[in-house]
Amino acid sequence: MKTRAADIHETSPWQDLTTGCEIYEGGTSRLTLTGEWRSKVPVWDPAKCKQCLLCAPFCPDSSIPVTDGKRGQFDLDHCKGCGICYKVCPFKAIDWKEVH
Amino acid sequence: MAYNLREQMSKPERFAPGHRLCAGCGAGVTCRAMMRALEPEDKAVVCNATSCLEVSSFQYPYTAWEDSYIHAAFENTSAVASGVESALRAMKKKGKLKDNFKILAIGGDGGTYDIGFQSLSGALERGHDFTYFCYDNEAYMNTGTQRSSATPRFASATTTPPGAESVGKKENPKDLTQIVVAHGVPYAAQTTFMGNFKDFHEKAHRAIYTEGPAFVNVLCPCPRGWQYPAEDLALICKMAVDTCVWPLYEVVEGKWMLSYEPKKKLPVEEFMRLQGRFKHCFKPGNEWTIQAAQEYVDRKWEELLTRCSQD
Amino acid sequence: MSIRDRLSGNEAIATAMRQINPDVFAMFPITPSTEIPQYFAQYVADGRVDTEFICVESEHSSMSACIGAEAAGCRAITATSSAGLSFMNEVLYVAASCRLPIVLAVACRALTGPININHDYSDSMAERDSGFIQIYAENNQEAYDNYLQAHRIGETPDVRLPVMICEDGFITSHALENIELESDEAVRAFVGEYHPENYLLKSENPLAVGPYGTSPYYMEARVAQAEAMKNAKRAILDVAADFEKTFGRKYGLFEPYRLEDAEVALVLMGSSAGTARAAVDELREQGVRAGLIKVRVFRPFPAEELAEALKDCKAVAVLDKSEGFSACGGPLFAETAAACVNLDRRPKMVDIVYGLGGRDFTVDQAKRVFARLEKIAATGETGPVYTHMGQRDLREEVQ
Repeated sequence: MKTRAADIHETSPWQDLTTGCEIYEGGTSRLTLTGEWRSKVPVWDPAKCKQCLLCAPFCPDSSIPVTDGKRGQFDLDHCKGCGICYKVCPFKAIDWKEVH
Repeated sequence: MAYNLREQMSKPERFAPGHRLCAGCGAGVTCRAMMRALEPEDKAVVCNATSCLEVSSFQYPYTAWEDSYIHAAFENTSAVASGVESALRAMKKKGKLKDNFKILAIGGDGGTYDIGFQSLSGALERGHDFTYFCYDNEAYMNTGTQRSSATPRFASATTTPPGAESVGKKENPKDLTQIVVAHGVPYAAQTTFMGNFKDFHEKAHRAIYTEGPAFVNVLCPCPRGWQYPAEDLALICKMAVDTCVWPLYEVVEGKWMLSYEPKKKLPVEEFMRLQGRFKHCFKPGNEWTIQAAQEYVDRKWEELLTRCSQD
Repeated sequence: MSIRDRLSGNEAIATAMRQINPDVFAMFPITPSTEIPQYFAQYVADGRVDTEFICVESEHSSMSACIGAEAAGCRAITATSSAGLSFMNEVLYVAASCRLPIVLAVACRALTGPININHDYSDSMAERDSGFIQIYAENNQEAYDNYLQAHRIGETPDVRLPVMICEDGFITSHALENIELESDEAVRAFVGEYHPENYLLKSENPLAVGPYGTSPYYMEARVAQAEAMKNAKRAILDVAADFEKTFGRKYGLFEPYRLEDAEVALVLMGSSAGTARAAVDELREQGVRAGLIKVRVFRPFPAEELAEALKDCKAVAVLDKSEGFSACGGPLFAETAAACVNLDRRPKMVDIVYGLGGRDFTVDQAKRVFARLEKIAATGETGPVYTHMGQRDLREEVQ
């Protein structure tokens, strides 16, 4: 039996699956790169950003990392490009562009 | 301690990215805010009803939860939580617990208002120390937007489609929060996503740290089911609150308290107009539906104001 | 040193539960299992157990609460019958697939309709494919002994499956019989403490239970569960061996009776065995080479062992105390016949559905079944393979 999610995949033999399909660690969903779903991408302009953080709690995908009270770059591995942050930003510091 | 968005957002994330909820889904926003309301030193066990959230947040072998999590079925989350909470008490009694654990349950409106209602009612009556969060997106979204008892009157759902003989759902929704309050629970509240999330956070925190059963009903828009552009989440929530379609209030030990009174109560029409599920209400000849929706909201709002002013 | 007492099956099971002192008992009343939580409630009231005893609002919730409690790291138990077991159906599968060794006592009772409170195996047989281990008792002593073995079997690391301990409703659950009980200390030493490796309330790492399993994983998960059920056969025998060493009473997957040289034999379960044994003894007096097998473990089904035991018989009647509405026989017959299908030389087999909703089973009936088997053995002709016994019938009963 493998015990870590990273070692279990769609070609694993049944002997490698965890008992009862349990998972023994948190946050293994990070291994799924949902950024691939995106058709539009948010673009952060640190110059315009006042760090009010009103965008951060509205993100459904935990993709606006906040460290020590300040937001950083989008987590584009996981951001699905929904555009909610673009709409809630009072300072137009987030643009929302087509992915090409 | 006063609410501080900066401090709250600086906490380690307990609902990880990479889950498979749709882009713009309110459930992800709910889970993040719910988990943020935990004190960092406390651990949690999250009990989840079958739902969009369940199939998206724990698809083997990928869990979005940093804390312990259990899903069993659609209708039994409160019973599962009852079992976890009983286990917690048993282990505490035997000195087997090292940490402080909080028991959270979360289900959609289908899993809470409808199929999970019996187990919810039972768990509330028995007084288990847990907090139930309903992420209310007003229909069975996981199966494709079928009407639930939380679906508002006139909403188009796949089982209440408008047509020559139909203007959408025929009935007003069940007032679940009020029914929960009738169980005599120490804490119940309605909230949604507003501004800096102070309302959500304070209610969730109060609920989690109230001893005994607590209930938080979260209006949780679904862009696909409600048919609005996903980016408009904040606007939809704000309009739900400013039209008094979704009043924000809490009931603490039976005392009703209004959390927010719009400076100007907006017409319900303005909330409905934003969503495709009410599109048919704006067709010539269906004006009465908007009037009826307004009358219902007005009546419920007045009832709420009366309750809050009496207490 | 065993303690002699007189208890009903329900009180015997409740006593075993008290001695084991589980962490969580989630109860919901239903006849005839209700007495089990009633006795237990008194143990709680008298401070004789540490158990968190919760009275939930349905059987669906009692099993669901057990799922939560067991996953959280505790021994969780409940008891039910009939419609209560059916109501649990969905979550029995969840308990088994999450590999949670919950122990469920079932006082087996007919299913509606018409509604009936008496014994047959309609309820437990309907759950035979739920993934629970199923162990059946003939009498109060066996119900008690099986219960004492249940936790260890279910908790065996390469098994980790929930266990149903079945007794016959009213016949066993309510009838007082002499019984040998073991001391609380001896029981606790035998059953031991529960130390799961991972559980929801563990501090060192979180545990996530009950995922959505997409097609690339579902089949593998089911195969793993099927393997666990195969492993359960060994675990049941291991625990039985230790039980015999500790308490002196011997158990296997099934119990043969005068089978060594038998030409005609019955295969049945539960309390009917005593009646059937009386018929075997009478017939043996008359020179008939009659024998029987009482199946104790229905899941995992002891197919190879049964086939080996039956291979030299000429004719076998399987007695099914549940109607499967398959139009070709009950579940015990289907499994027994399947077990024998690859034998080079196998007995002719018939199925007789009997005893539904508490209908009596008599020595005389058992003897008539043997007479029919003798005819089959002599002629090689089975006649009708699937028949009922004990009902009033305008037609002549098949002999």
